[in-house]
Amino acid sequence: MGKLDNFKRSLWVFHASGGSCNACDIEIVAALTPRYDVERFGIKLVGSPRHADVLLVTGAIPRDFADKLRRVYEQMPEPKAVVVVGNCGTSGGVFYDSYNIAGPIDEIIPVDVYVPGCPPRPEAIIDAVVKAWLKVEKLEKKLEGKEE
Amino acid sequence: MTPETIFYSVAFPLLGVFLGLVYKGIDRRISARLTSRIGPPIRQPFWDVGKLLLKETIVPKNAIAWLFNAMPILAFASSLTLLLYIPFGVLKAPLEGYGDLVVILYLLTLQSLAMAIGGFASGSPFSSVGAQREMVLMMSYEMPLATVIVGFALIYRSFSLTTIASTPVWSIVSPLAAFGVLLLFVALLTVTPAELAKLPFDIAEAETEIAEGMLAEYSGRNLALFYLSDAVRGFAMAAIEVVLFFPFTLSSILGLSLTGFALYAVEALWFLLKVLIIYLLAVTLVRTSFGRFKIDQASRIFWVHVNLVALLGLALIWVGV
Ligand code: SF4
Repeated sequence: MGKLDNFKRSLWVFHASGGSCNACDIEIVAALTPRYDVERFGIKLVGSPRHADVLLVTGAIPRDFADKLRRVYEQMPEPKAVVVVGNCGTSGGVFYDSYNIAGPIDEIIPVDVYVPGCPPRPEAIIDAVVKAWLKVEKLEKKLEGKEE
Repeated sequence: MTPETIFYSVAFPLLGVFLGLVYKGIDRRISARLTSRIGPPIRQPFWDVGKLLLKETIVPKNAIAWLFNAMPILAFASSLTLLLYIPFGVLKAPLEGYGDLVVILYLLTLQSLAMAIGGFASGSPFSSVGAQREMVLMMSYEMPLATVIVGFALIYRSFSLTTIASTPVWSIVSPLAAFGVLLLFVALLTVTPAELAKLPFDIAEAETEIAEGMLAEYSGRNLALFYLSDAVRGFAMAAIEVVLFFPFTLSSILGLSLTGFALYAVEALWFLLKVLIIYLLAVTLVRTSFGRFKIDQASRIFWVHVNLVALLGLALIWVGV
């Protein structure tokens, strides 16, 4: 099973929105519009973490949401990658000292790609998802190596 | 069973899977073009399946494991069996004589049923809601679907698809009954997106409200099997519509007298073209132009409107034949 190319051409993305102000989410949706059209690269938004290869997380994560996010991450089948979109998720952003924030996302689940910006441009998001590809491929190679 | 039958029974499903995925690719491409996007390459569904086969296959802890794993296989198997009953252009159906339209009706139902049972077995509330919606939807569209089949039985006095394909329905009915057949065609076209779980009737797999519904817990190989059976079913459904309503062969239209290989090649391409047109009309165009209905709206559409159209068509055929 050396068909790694498949990941290069078909990547399904699940979007989990934490305490985001919705601007980052809108930018993600913008990537699906005719102007950017990520579907031409085989990137597709799916509705269930079980179908996903990449998890997009937006927003600062409130305390209540932290364990839910962990569960969403655990529900994704291997190989998987996580992309954080926006300043809120990468560092806490404007909410960095809020009493209700569980911290930057990489303190909750392992993050592979950070996209800074408030909100980042759709090009930056597409670029991040493409970078996540490399990670997914590397993981898949490792899994294959274990089987041999 | 002759060796020929066995050869066809292997070749047809393989070809069906291939064509199903190609049609899905064309469907996605054209749907993208309709919304002025560029869209994925036509080979995209092949890559999707290839990728899904590489992914981990998870069985949730509170799922009924054997049922959960068996249902994708059942759905895939029934969609492949479906292909064996469809006469392919001028070729006879491989299982010709072993079953007919009624079997096709059951095989179509079996697939939806397998998805619903898989949904219930996965032990997730989203899947259960999706499965319940699917059952309600099934109960709604089965009646018009059955009416169409009864209508054809009335005209031909036979349920066999090959008999139906050999003489175009329009040539043997009176004008009144022809109008009835037209109404049946409209009813069947409306049932198609529901049968295939496509917009506007993909209520059971609504990804935005119930996380892909029945498929929510499926991943990896199981999801790939559902993906394949969905693709095959789309192709098969359009092919059935072509066989029922537009069985005209190209050589009979143009008055060609082809023989041997040329005949088969030309007719096969012609058949595929017809299927593609029906597919684009009934699935692609509709799913790009409409939003999703609510389950009660969909139910009412089928029970009241589509049913009325289908029954009226049936009545006209009954009077007219
Ligand atoms: S990074 Fe900015 S745009 Fe994104 S969720 Fe936070 S505040 Fe909103």
